[in-house]
Amino acid sequence: MNSSVIVFPGSNCDRDIAVALEKMQFKNQMVWHKETKLPKSDLIVIPGGFSYGDYLRSGAIAGKSLIINEVIKSANDGCLVLGICNGFQILTETGLLKGVLLRNKKLKFINEDVNIKVINNDTKFSNKYKKNQVLKINIAHNEGNYFTNSDHLKELNNENLIAFKYCNESGDINQSSNPNGSLENIAGIFNSKKNILGMMPHPERMVDNLISNTDGVNLFSSLLN
Amino acid sequence: MKFSVTVTLKENVLDPQGKVVQNTLQSLGMDNLKSIRQGKYFEIELNDNDPQKAEKKVDDMCKKLLANLIIEDYKVNKI
Repeated sequence: MNSSVIVFPGSNCDRDIAVALEKMQFKNQMVWHKETKLPKSDLIVIPGGFSYGDYLRSGAIAGKSLIINEVIKSANDGCLVLGICNGFQILTETGLLKGVLLRNKKLKFINEDVNIKVINNDTKFSNKYKKNQVLKINIAHNEGNYFTNSDHLKELNNENLIAFKYCNESGDINQSSNPNGSLENIAGIFNSKKNILGMMPHPERMVDNLISNTDGVNLFSSLLN
Repeated sequence: MKFSVTVTLKENVLDPQGKVVQNTLQSLGMDNLKSIRQGKYFEIELNDNDPQKAEKKVDDMCKKLLANLIIEDYKVNKI
């Protein structure tokens, strides 16, 4: 499977995701944001970081960059797109995913391993997970507080477009297991065609027991399945 | 031709920064303070002599980049 990782000035998880993809046997290429053509890709990843120093709003400037036009075109043609952390913020700024990521409710940057629950495991991104499986995945963000309008929230629930929700170790989804104030504890969502996933947690940091755990591995093996 | 643009969070969107500023001012004894919303301010200069055309262009800038209309409102003023 061919993957492309888009790199912006200020991206800082681009190497991590490349290592994870290569470990999982993806043929990966890094693509600088000024490029106007994408290499042939089955998967496009928009990595985490602080593209353009989070100027204006997180992801706002990157969301208007040259390569993004190609990403939008490919996404509309059905190419798989994964946005992690700042990548999720960029996807909402492009309009490929609806909603927005506000500042964390308590105004603090959060860097910790949290529990998330797999809500929809019937997608290209999550088929190797069990439904309701609880994962431990790192989050590291200042703007991860997902917000959207009530019509879209209904659509997310009715069409099963919520990928992951923050929960506690036993899988309970409540206010105390919500690290950043996200609406309904949402940690990741799909677009209506389910070929685009945006998520705040970092699965690429969870692919090796030596440094963390392997709870992120199945996201990549799902894609290869 | 010069314009100012103010971008603020919509009323129903939580503005934690504004809230913290408000609480701090209240703790400084500003007791008639009712509410504070924090926003962003831009000064934009255009090479355009037609005020209507120029304002339309600034409006377009707000919609395309300066404001995220899901959570923010904007106001344009000629200065």
